[in-house]
Amino acid sequence: MRERSYTSRQELDQYAFRPLVALLIPLACMVVQVLLPPWLLAKVGIDLPLLAVIYFAVARRSPIAGTITGTIIGLFQDGLTNLPFGVYGIAKAVIGYIAANIGFAVDMDNTVNRAIMNFAFSLAQSGMLYLIKRWVLADVTAHLLPIHEVIAAVANTAAGVPLFFLLDRFRIRE
Amino acid sequence: MDSFLQRFKNPLVLIAIVLAQVLALAVQVQKPLHGFSARDGADGPRVSLLRSWISAVFTPIERGKNASSFGVRNLWFGYINLRHTHQENEDLKKEIARLKLEQDEFAEDAAQGRRLQALMAFKQRYVQQTVGAQIIGTSGSDQSQILLLDKGADFGLKPDQAVMTPDGVVGKIRDVFPHTAQLLLLNDPTSGAGVLLVSTRMRAILRGGPNGQVIITNLTADSRLKPGEQVVTSGGDQVFPRGLPVGVITSIAPDPQHQPYLMITLKPNADLSRLEEVLVITGTTGTLPADALADATTAEGVAEANKRAADLIAERLPSLHDDAGQAATGAAGSTGATNSPKTDSVPDLVRGTPGIPNSGLPRPRPALHPDRYSPGTVEPAQDLQPGARPGTPPTEAKPPQDNQDDH
Repeated sequence: MRERSYTSRQELDQYAFRPLVALLIPLACMVVQVLLPPWLLAKVGIDLPLLAVIYFAVARRSPIAGTITGTIIGLFQDGLTNLPFGVYGIAKAVIGYIAANIGFAVDMDNTVNRAIMNFAFSLAQSGMLYLIKRWVLADVTAHLLPIHEVIAAVANTAAGVPLFFLLDRFRIRE
Repeated sequence: MDSFLQRFKNPLVLIAIVLAQVLALAVQVQKPLHGFSARDGADGPRVSLLRSWISAVFTPIERGKNASSFGVRNLWFGYINLRHTHQENEDLKKEIARLKLEQDEFAEDAAQGRRLQALMAFKQRYVQQTVGAQIIGTSGSDQSQILLLDKGADFGLKPDQAVMTPDGVVGKIRDVFPHTAQLLLLNDPTSGAGVLLVSTRMRAILRGGPNGQVIITNLTADSRLKPGEQVVTSGGDQVFPRGLPVGVITSIAPDPQHQPYLMITLKPNADLSRLEEVLVITGTTGTLPADALADATTAEGVAEANKRAADLIAERLPSLHDDAGQAATGAAGSTGATNSPKTDSVPDLVRGTPGIPNSGLPRPRPALHPDRYSPGTVEPAQDLQPGARPGTPPTEAKPPQDNQDDH
């Protein structure tokens, strides 16, 4: 019987991306995001950069890489809004860190797991944005709109599952 | 120590990155130490520069997409899809005719308003110069109601300039970059505008709500406030010129978080979620602009000519009844434009509006056979004396005499 060496789940499922892909995919997500019509954003609240953060964090399974990816994408998003730099940066850094850690424990190639993860992280980001605006920025006008956030989470789930399968084509097993 | 750092490397990196950003947030939201910033939430120069760089990354792509979609749309609507153009043209001609009539009707009121404003030394700002701009992108977030315009400092755009469409006000300029600018919509929570409720003349502050609504929250309950009331800019914020349409009140409810204030929700006249082109007001003036002044003069002339023609027709046409003729004469007499014979100096209409025929109550004609119930036959109440018979002339009150004189 052939002897099999021990390999951790991280080593089995850890993927890498070419630098150009790692740069262009988040950029493409942000470009598409800013070109979405305002009525769609207002009604559905879809967040393509969030999906990019989740995907790269889970695929790389490196918490530090996930945190840095989330921070950079989040800061870019802050630059396009009228929010101070750091609101989306903090939220997406935390999302990237948690997504990378979850990636160790759960099979992320499974469609159901991907859907649940997208839904949960979308809600988590909404909650974090609310907390940052309310408690860090002391913005009394900040409100959490549960129905809107659930709709946004469903939209992110619906967009995220096919997007993840599309992005699977660009990953390289390490 | 090394083992500790190695063991907790991942969470330590996260904590360091988050802390750095919290510190950055604290620096950015610092209030100015001296004076008051006219632009609440305005960025410092370094932050603005960062935004400028990020905007510069996305702007070429947004411009490219906008140009291609505009080209396709222009080709479709300009050359291919012309099915209803003729009908639309006819409808527009009819509308222009109707608007011309309306303009004539309003011209006199407007002239009177300007005279009164001049009399009261009222400072009115008129829109003098605008720059048309296209929307080429959004903020990409439902947390921030920002749109990106394709014009910037190169077209004279500056922060805090008002932005509108023909339907009404949409927002103001926030940040200006060399070739683009950020438009802060009215429904952003950091936005605000001074407004006036048209019928009640109440002043209020309008701002964006949490769900992308436009709300007023600084008015207390008042029975005169009703849904459907028009809201215009008041001019008090020094950003929006006075009198620009904003929207219509759709709902009024008590604000549970700020009693006793109301939560008044507005429907903006302009559809803020489907904007494509806007006008940025780059210049205002204290006097009516030359074009508008010429239009007003023309309209006043037309209105005067129409009025004279109507008077001539009214004079030449026979009246159906003598009474009607007398009433019309009375009404015209009050405006000073009468040529009809007038036998009595007493006006035939009571409390009529000058210039509007039959707007007052007709004065009753004298009775053919007067009796004690006929108007005017009984003395006024202040002339009557207690105990006196009706119809007897009032007697002079005699001073009391001494009893010895009677004897």
